[in-house]
Amino acid sequence: MEKPWADMPREERREDRFRRWLNPDVKFDSPGAEKAYKQRVTRFVKAIKLEEADRVPVMLPVQFYPAVYAGGNLKTVMYDYAKLKEAWLKFLYEFDMDSFNAPALVFPGPVIDMIDYKLQKWPGHGLADDAPSYQYVESENMPPGEYDALIRDPADYLLRYFLPRSVGAFAGFRKLGPMTPFVGIPVWYIAQYGDPEIRSATQALLDAAEECHRWMAVVGEVAERALAAGYPTIWGGMCGAPYDLIGDMLRGTRGVMMDMFQRPDKLLEAMERLVPIVVNEAVGSANASGCPIIFIPLHKGTGGFMSQRQFEKFYWPTLKKVMMGLVDEGLVPLPYAEGNYGERLEVVKDMPRTSVIWFFEQMDMARAKRVVGGRTCIAGNVPASILCTGSPQEVREHCRWLIETCAPGGGYILSGAVHVDKGSPDNLRAMMEAAREYGVY
Amino acid sequence: MSGDFANLLADLKEDEVIKLTKQRLDSGEDPMKILEDSRKGMELVGKRFADGEYFLPELVFSGELLKQVTEIVKPHITETTSDAKRRGKVVLGTVAGDIHDIGLNIVDFMLDVNGFQVYNLGVDVPAARFVAKVKETGAPIVGLSGFLTPAFDAMKETVEALDKAGLRGKVKIMIGGGQMDDEVRKYARADAYGKDAMAAVTLAKKWTGAS
Repeated sequence: MEKPWADMPREERREDRFRRWLNPDVKFDSPGAEKAYKQRVTRFVKAIKLEEADRVPVMLPVQFYPAVYAGGNLKTVMYDYAKLKEAWLKFLYEFDMDSFNAPALVFPGPVIDMIDYKLQKWPGHGLADDAPSYQYVESENMPPGEYDALIRDPADYLLRYFLPRSVGAFAGFRKLGPMTPFVGIPVWYIAQYGDPEIRSATQALLDAAEECHRWMAVVGEVAERALAAGYPTIWGGMCGAPYDLIGDMLRGTRGVMMDMFQRPDKLLEAMERLVPIVVNEAVGSANASGCPIIFIPLHKGTGGFMSQRQFEKFYWPTLKKVMMGLVDEGLVPLPYAEGNYGERLEVVKDMPRTSVIWFFEQMDMARAKRVVGGRTCIAGNVPASILCTGSPQEVREHCRWLIETCAPGGGYILSGAVHVDKGSPDNLRAMMEAAREYGVY
Repeated sequence: MSGDFANLLADLKEDEVIKLTKQRLDSGEDPMKILEDSRKGMELVGKRFADGEYFLPELVFSGELLKQVTEIVKPHITETTSDAKRRGKVVLGTVAGDIHDIGLNIVDFMLDVNGFQVYNLGVDVPAARFVAKVKETGAPIVGLSGFLTPAFDAMKETVEALDKAGLRGKVKIMIGGGQMDDEVRKYARADAYGKDAMAAVTLAKKWTGAS
């Protein structure tokens, strides 16, 4: 009889999740595809465990690149799901790679148009039609006086305060009363939805959901075709550091920085409050995707954005709690350290051995290998300038240096410093060639 | 007392700074002296930032303190005073297609506290606006900021636009931010890449002969 999940120590949970990642619920295109799939997953799993695989695995630095590669741009694939599918499948079948991510981050243009989403600009909506990515519009969506409301009930706060401010079509939700434990037979709760503004917000939600499903069908199909063709995903889910969630979404960079001086206790309490919620969300996505790697983009704790002391007081403690929450669930956090984490290495190495993949943008990778590489898998960091403006030969040389520096003993994933939005496909191919040529153990 | 004020501001003592501002006004002191002390305080903040003692949060918070002081003092100022003598003019902006401004504003802050007259054009600035501002101000230095990879091309186009307008020989151009490095500097044909705001100050001083 299988041991209940609740009784499993985290190591067993992780093995269980690795087994599931290795054996997806899919019909492979061919025995060869199945074999290649297992080799690819094994390559990543061994890297995570600091073991030497057959060779160094690669995460190609592509996010929206398939759109450009197929002759379109981000706008075309945001608004035309058929073209989205066509572009991602073209990339899937024409590229050599170790992992492939379905276009789950190519947000459906019609949906974000319909709901009047205010926190991003996207191609054709605040940005030029041919803009290669979105850009975040930062604003103060939570005045400092509302910390207590957030801390009391984050879900309630997000529904009744944050969504009405950040999504034009959901403005009516500001009129909703709180969902209380005393709801009983919920007639009073239901009755609120008769209010014309709440009703129209609810209708907008339903309409947007319907459109979302059209898009998700395509994303799901691409994901399945990739698995069938032998390409694992490495993004099983996504989450954020509590400081970033508050800084990005609620208070803004400026606001959260002021809070460190003016209301540090509220900020700390709110971040603690978000920890279990963040973990829970990531567990849900990993369960759905079957891949145990959780991508965690880190923005506001980077060198220069705060002092080491501030990092250790405001940023790291709750980030570590989130990552430990994931680790306890058998998941593997993949924190992507935007900017410069050079000074942070000594602090962030404080995690259980082989529990995370640290992915660095600007970093002296030789130092990273020395400081954290003995405990944990590291990934990085071919500069965007070389990938975008250099020659394939320059890319190969840089990859060679990275592999020679970081790969010995296992525990290294070759990747770009950031995603490449456009540029020569030969530079991406050069990364794979370098891994095959120089990365064999 | 004036030294105390500058230090309190630089130490980010919000309550004390506000209290002392009001006390000084109440005792009939020249409001311009308070502003002058604030400037000294901000200079100290800039110095601590350059020394690695302060980081972005301290810049943001000191800026907020300065704003509060200025708001209290402003109604008491009768005469219009010209800016203290400035070292040189710099036109700054984040290039077209990019809306990131954190690094941009740090550079603005550091150039300003180091005595430069900064014309900050903000974010997503088309090449033509850089050209127009350089023509209007006669600034000999242009700073191009960018965070994302699309900024590579936007920087190149901005440099080309300055060239086409016949201004390339009259301005020195520095670039910085996110994914920028010396490779991008070459690609964009700018004069220098600066890795941080202190580098921007050093370059600006060098180019204006003020070092």
